[in-house]
Amino acid sequence: MRGGDAIIKALMDKGVDTIFGYPGGTVIPFYDMLYDSDLRHILVRHEQCAAHAAEGYARASGKVGVCLATSGPGATNLVTGIANAYMDSSPLIAITGQVVSNLIGNDAFQEVDIMGITMPITKHSYQPKDANDIPSIINTSFEIASTGRCGPVLIDVPKEVQEQELDDYVLGTIPTPGYKPTVKGNSKQIAKAAKMLLEADKPFILAGGGTILSGANEEVKKLAELINAPIATTLMGKGIVDEKDDLSMGMLGMHGKQVANQNINKTDCLLAIGCRFSDRTTGKLEEFIPNAKVIHIDIDPAEIGKNVAVDLPIVGDAKIVLNQLIKELEAKPSDKNAWLKSIVEFKKSTIPRVSYDDIPLKPQQVIKEIANSITEDTIVTTDVGLHQMWAAHFLDISKPRKFISSGGLGTMGFGFPAAIGAKVACPDDAVLAIVGDGGFLMVSQELATIKEYDIPVVIAMLNNRKLGMVYQWQNKMYNQRYSQTDMGSTPDFVKLAESYGINAVRVEEVGKTQEILSKALKDNEAILVDITVEKNEFIPMFPPGGGINDLLGEYKYESDVELSKDSQHAEGGE
Amino acid sequence: MSEKSHVISTLVEHKPGVLQNVASLLNRRGFNIDSITVGTSEVEGLARMVFVVKGDEKVLEQVIKQLHKLVDVVKIKDLDPDYVLKRELCLVKVKTTREKSRSEIIEYADIFKAKIIDVCDDFITMEVTGNPEKIDSFLRLLKPFGIKKIARTGPTAIARGHH
Ligand SMILES: Cc1ncc(C[n+]2csc(CCOP(=O)(O)OP(=O)(O)O)c2C)c(N)n1
Ligand SMILES: [Mg+2]
Repeated sequence: MRGGDAIIKALMDKGVDTIFGYPGGTVIPFYDMLYDSDLRHILVRHEQCAAHAAEGYARASGKVGVCLATSGPGATNLVTGIANAYMDSSPLIAITGQVVSNLIGNDAFQEVDIMGITMPITKHSYQPKDANDIPSIINTSFEIASTGRCGPVLIDVPKEVQEQELDDYVLGTIPTPGYKPTVKGNSKQIAKAAKMLLEADKPFILAGGGTILSGANEEVKKLAELINAPIATTLMGKGIVDEKDDLSMGMLGMHGKQVANQNINKTDCLLAIGCRFSDRTTGKLEEFIPNAKVIHIDIDPAEIGKNVAVDLPIVGDAKIVLNQLIKELEAKPSDKNAWLKSIVEFKKSTIPRVSYDDIPLKPQQVIKEIANSITEDTIVTTDVGLHQMWAAHFLDISKPRKFISSGGLGTMGFGFPAAIGAKVACPDDAVLAIVGDGGFLMVSQELATIKEYDIPVVIAMLNNRKLGMVYQWQNKMYNQRYSQTDMGSTPDFVKLAESYGINAVRVEEVGKTQEILSKALKDNEAILVDITVEKNEFIPMFPPGGGINDLLGEYKYESDVELSKDSQHAEGGE
Repeated sequence: MSEKSHVISTLVEHKPGVLQNVASLLNRRGFNIDSITVGTSEVEGLARMVFVVKGDEKVLEQVIKQLHKLVDVVKIKDLDPDYVLKRELCLVKVKTTREKSRSEIIEYADIFKAKIIDVCDDFITMEVTGNPEKIDSFLRLLKPFGIKKIARTGPTAIARGHH
């Protein structure tokens, strides 16, 4: 057995069924060995998409995603994907080829110091010098990537190490004396937290991506019920509780729901779980939760107190800590419910408007039709831009791991390849990618991948012919000076998809999105739906640097639709 | 904000890339490194890395937490300034061209327990160890003679007694 065989065997021993990659000079030995193996390899059309697909695979399945590329440009093409996984704490293993060891440092052909380049965006990295270490390095990399605060690990394998014969295949471990994540909460802190939550009159729960990673969905809900607290989530926490549930306030933040943004500052006790208080979530920190005591549960101690001052820190895994907390509270749950009641009322009176019959289609209406065409089990990925925020704001997600979006890095081009990875990981679930015209063009070559491997991903593209998110900022904050945000001569996306052998339709009318998506998702067919949407419809936001209750734009309510219909009736219209 | 000087002592895995990783992390998180020393420690395979950094308390707390996250970093201690022993090595080459320079320099060297390690026509080279302030004063005294070259290691440190 040689080094490359050892990579394959170790990956398979760790339960990997599929990797995403792209060959090149320094990984030819690996690919030669792959040729005879049972490990499934998906040849993407750009390495960045290998990393995004591996992340989509990881986030949909809860397993570790694996991508592989050659040295030099192959490795640097992975960088965006690795950074994305780092920011969103996704368990990812990136394997790169490296020039032969005796050339390292000589600026050899296609040599880059990928370990150095990715140091700030990986949890850890290895460069095996001896093929005998490969199994243990892979084993330990899985451990590091998928425990504690999850994240990417890079393994940079010099070419000759891939070819070196092993003496023995031993799936051991590499000692990591400096790595010991705390998973269980300190019991004294837990008792204090329980007391604080019971004493609070207006407790509020903010759940982030950490709750999804730890699989704490039942616990979050149970706890909220015990203390009668509403639950808002970050973008990354979407789906931790059913957003249709009364307890759920939806997403908080720059483009968050009114009920979440306008009520969080009333809380006297915020329980934050597995979130990192990013500026997009909190707005100006001086104006965030001014009257609240803060309890912060996170597996990463560095996140506690980083942005928001914390009264009670609890380091540990969300699911484990919440179970400890639930035990503490079960005997005597809260008997106060006036606060929660008032929030639920607020929610019911501010249901965001999604029904419109305008042409061009309003994005809200498109999201409504998407909502009507998916089930609780459909995996929705998004790209980055306005369409992402429309989806995050208006699309209710019912289960964890069903909403996969680029949060921390905000990477255009993420949504489509992430959907590919999700579909590969969960072939029995329908997968829908909601993308914008700009971001989709960054990765449209992957249409070849879904054709080649028959990966039936459904793509709903909200086409406004603009870099809409930037266009909105220019509209609201830069005096309508639309510098470089018009997509001008966009391709005929229908023809583009068809040239790859992928079905495509253009949609311009009300009702059609729902009809086409429902059918495609049910029939498990790949399709690109190019939906023409209104470019001048903007999503309410707080300005960057503004407080959570500063509002640019206005909230509109579904109840207004009924009213306007009623008044039409009164005037004898229709 | 108070920009206090801190001595941080870490135990790290003794392998390539660790110094780079630690230094770049400090830099990224807004900490200025005054000095770093690295050498073997009492544990085989682990090195002791001692930094002197300046920054405010909140940033320091964040930096220590971030350092903990590096897999190769095993232990970190922000040494209490009241109980820290700091020592630095300095090599200094001074001009002896002026008349009587040499004897005066040797006198100072005596007081500061500096060792003369090389002498030639125009220069005298000495080694001195001690806490950084002592070295600063020694160098201040030598300045009028004309200092040709200084090489300082930056301080390494250890906690006093049972601390
Ligand atoms: C790789 C990358 N480049 C640039 C940006 C900045 N950016 C954020 S949203 C956006 C516009 C996205 O346009 P589109 O994909 O058409 O989506 P829309 O906002 O119109 O829905 C841009 C340019 C980014 N997030 N990622
Ligand atoms: Mg667009």
